[in-house]
Amino acid sequence: MAVAGRMAPIADRNAPLARRNPVAKLGAAAVLALALVVSLDPVGPAVALVVELFAVPFFGIRYGALARRMWPLLISVAGAEVTLLLFAAEREHIVASALALGLRLLAVALPGVLVFATTDPTDLADALVQNARVSPRFAIGTLAAWRLVPLLGDEWRLINAARRARGVEGGRNPVARLRLFASASFTLLVGAIRRGTRLATAMDARGFDSGARRTSARTQRFVRADAALVAGACALAALAVGASVGSGAFRPLFS
Amino acid sequence: MSTVRLRGFGHRHAGRRRWAVRGVDLEIADGERVALLGPSGAGKSTLLAALAGLLPPESGEREGTVEIDGEEPRAVRDRIAMVFQDPQSQLVMERAGDDVAFGLENRGTPGELIRPLVEDALRRVRFPYPYERRTHALSGGEQQRLALAGALVTGPGLLLLDEPTANLDPAGAALVREVLAGIDGTTQIVVEHRIAELTSQLDRVIVLEPGGGIRADGPPARIFAEHGERLAADGVWVPGHPVPAHPPRVPAGEPLLHARSLTHEPVFTADALPEVTVRAAEAMAVVGPNGVGKSTLALMLGGLLVPGGGRVEATGALAGADDAMPPHKWRARALAARIGSVFQNPGHQFVTAKVRDELALGGAEAARVDELLGRLRLDALAEANPHTLSGGEQRRLSVATALAAAPRLLVLDEPTFGQDRRTWSELVVLLAQLRDEGHGVVAVTHDPDFCAALGARELRLGVRRLAAV
Amino acid sequence: MQANSQSTATSANRWRTVDIVVAAVIGAAFGVIFWAWNALWDGAASVIPLPGRAVIYGVWLIPAVLGPLVIRKPGAGIFCELVAASVATLFGSPWGLVTLLYGVLQGMAGEFGFAFTGYRVWRWPTAVAGGALAGVAASLLDNALYYASNSTAWQLIYAAIVVVSSAVVAGLGSLALTKSLAQTGALDPFPSGRERAAV
Ligand SMILES: Nc1ncnc2c1ncn2[C@@H]1O[C@H](COP(=O)(O)OP(=O)(O)OP(=O)(O)O)[C@@H](O)[C@H]1O
Ligand SMILES: Nc1ncnc2c1ncn2[C@@H]1O[C@H](COP(=O)(O)OP(=O)(O)OP(=O)(O)O)[C@@H](O)[C@H]1O
Ligand SMILES: [Mg+2]
Ligand SMILES: [Mg+2]
Repeated sequence: MAVAGRMAPIADRNAPLARRNPVAKLGAAAVLALALVVSLDPVGPAVALVVELFAVPFFGIRYGALARRMWPLLISVAGAEVTLLLFAAEREHIVASALALGLRLLAVALPGVLVFATTDPTDLADALVQNARVSPRFAIGTLAAWRLVPLLGDEWRLINAARRARGVEGGRNPVARLRLFASASFTLLVGAIRRGTRLATAMDARGFDSGARRTSARTQRFVRADAALVAGACALAALAVGASVGSGAFRPLFS
Repeated sequence: MSTVRLRGFGHRHAGRRRWAVRGVDLEIADGERVALLGPSGAGKSTLLAALAGLLPPESGEREGTVEIDGEEPRAVRDRIAMVFQDPQSQLVMERAGDDVAFGLENRGTPGELIRPLVEDALRRVRFPYPYERRTHALSGGEQQRLALAGALVTGPGLLLLDEPTANLDPAGAALVREVLAGIDGTTQIVVEHRIAELTSQLDRVIVLEPGGGIRADGPPARIFAEHGERLAADGVWVPGHPVPAHPPRVPAGEPLLHARSLTHEPVFTADALPEVTVRAAEAMAVVGPNGVGKSTLALMLGGLLVPGGGRVEATGALAGADDAMPPHKWRARALAARIGSVFQNPGHQFVTAKVRDELALGGAEAARVDELLGRLRLDALAEANPHTLSGGEQRRLSVATALAAAPRLLVLDEPTFGQDRRTWSELVVLLAQLRDEGHGVVAVTHDPDFCAALGARELRLGVRRLAAV
Repeated sequence: MQANSQSTATSANRWRTVDIVVAAVIGAAFGVIFWAWNALWDGAASVIPLPGRAVIYGVWLIPAVLGPLVIRKPGAGIFCELVAASVATLFGSPWGLVTLLYGVLQGMAGEFGFAFTGYRVWRWPTAVAGGALAGVAASLLDNALYYASNSTAWQLIYAAIVVVSSAVVAGLGSLALTKSLAQTGALDPFPSGRERAAV
């Protein structure tokens, strides 16, 4: 199943950084992303990207697996580059601008990909509730809906099988096929909403909306190593911005 | 333990003109074990939902009162547990143990107490896998067992079960009954169509009257002795009232389909099925425990799933000029004209927004559509949306879509689950008719009565060892 | 959709379980769709160069409008967009956490369209306003993040196309989608689905 395949973990859960608290990982990635979007120069992102790539094995991910997961990103970056080359405002620094754009997109995206590739959704929801004070109803409600996502792949297969069994098909006519695709997507959405409704009823039947203070069977801890990860991300952000200012390349986003 | 009291209770679903249940007066005492019976569509599931406090005001119109221990069900929900008709959409969490823990967490049970309670509940339902087992990798029967553990773990005063054994193999169903028999001090209300094996552990049966009110109420032995005849005629499955058999009137005819060494890893393995031939004018029943791959086989025979290995070959009698091609390569229209498939989950079958349109889709004549609607007791629902039907009504409609199109071969996945005695017999008659007219019928089923009534040849799929987690 | 269905008392603003789960399901479904859409955006559709390609941009913003139209609760737009963004990220969306940033900001901008009327009007003007505002947020972010080095004129044209596309595709498109969904009975638990004839 394509969908299930993309959800499958590609990381070793016990690697030193993969094991960190999901909130810490998310915080660290957010700090980096914010620090890197404020400048348009290539120096800061280059520094950050080198360190990030160096950190990949500590997340328990092999470079090959990472590359397979990230190929859509590379295509998108290529698209943005083409647009830039066609429509750039100042043509003299065009190569530097293009380089900066590519580095920046990669350096911003990589931490997020690492976080999600190494984090179990249940752990994330637990940590958001226990360590970041997110409303348990929203966190757990979303988690429950999230569990339906891999099932959508099976559902898609069955919807199309059902149409075939009933003699409905597009054949070789592209317009008919597109319409069939649209109607199957609509059926998928309807089915997902119905399933969500039934799931919500089942959750309420088990006391989800009782208003009692919710406890958790699983404990997520925010320990010193987690704080260290966030601190490390801040240091890297400072290093990257410092390098770009120090080298004189700094070009603020809004100037 | 909990008491239940209904006074003039009625509920009409939003978007419906008819009341689903009405005029129900009922008292159930502490610790009673009750079976709630009634024809399909009589409002059993609706009544259970009301008892669980799961019919909010916006879901429709309400009459009368419902009290659990003298209070609104919503207010005492932590004393109530419910197992739903559809196991798949009641599992909330990714890991089996976490799912059982869900109800405890919602009640604020301290974290360190949860794990032992969960382990205990899993043991009680004899859940065969570890705590970490992924819930979506369970077969229907295993999911049902897990749902039961999730309901038991909170030690409810009132346990509501909506057809808890409908999709289970006989062993799984026996296990559920055994678990229910072992629970003390809980008021149990079970909705179930086939209660023959359950009667010994019941204190009372209540039969809902479809138009409103209650038809019969009392100890099972007395009710079945006094009203058995009449209830059976109305469609209730009364133990000891056999259903008429419809053995084949003509000998099995020419072969329609050969399946050779079909596999679909990892579900349906090489040793499952060496070779099988489906013949005209013959019914074949595919039986076997939950999760062996019966539905997978049905999809492959129906030309809807590409076999992982092996081949499906249609003969000229079924495929005409297309007999060189396996069914999964046929054009959809040709496939639908030759092989009719009914999915295990009826919801997957529906492609239109109205019951009548569903039946007419295959090009059936209006007269035939009306006949089927009437015989399967769907005529009052002809304009309803298929997805708003009751469990049994959805099942009938999905089977009726295949009957309306009447292709040469029918492949039906659990065609009779959730049916009352009357609609069940009607389905058997319709299928027997098609069979005697020379159609081939393949039915995946857990229902021995169904196999017996059709005189079906059995194809038994063996036990398969599941991979861990 | 009926003309200005009124949301009742303040308790109507409390999210029920079904609101949370269905909003999240809609978000998640669009997360999957985005993942496929991404491939189209950077693949087949890239034969039309930007800014022209932006005419189909509105698809990205459907959850920001569809969520509020279906759920009719404050915050539904942000929530749906956030879930869609996180599912897309989970699938290895190109943009990682940036997707989340987009989700929050687009959702918030779209919310304003409905907040202006105190979450009481659910007809085309609010839907179009919501779509357009979400488009404004998206084009601002795009111009800052990806096209900062492009000429100002280019950025303005790009923004205009994105906003119009969002108003039409996300605004009117979501309205039509909500109507079709209500027809199927799937929205029966919501105020948006309770306007069908009885059978
Ligand atoms: N969500 C719904 N919307 C509209 N009508 C409904 C809905 N659920 C059930 N109904 C209708 O209410 C009636 C009673 O349904 P219910 O599910 O309670 O029947 P049941 O006795 O459980 O039947 P079965 O044995 O087939 O499961 C049926 O006619 C059904 O079509
Ligand atoms: N897409 C899938 N991916 C992984 N496992 C699957 C998939 N589909 C089904 N399974 C598993 O394969 C096994 C066989 O499934 P199948 O539905 O064919 O069994 P079945 O014999 O019809 O069972 P039941 O009697 O419970 O309906 C089950 O354990 C099921 O969980
Ligand atoms: Mg029912
Ligand atoms: Mg099956």
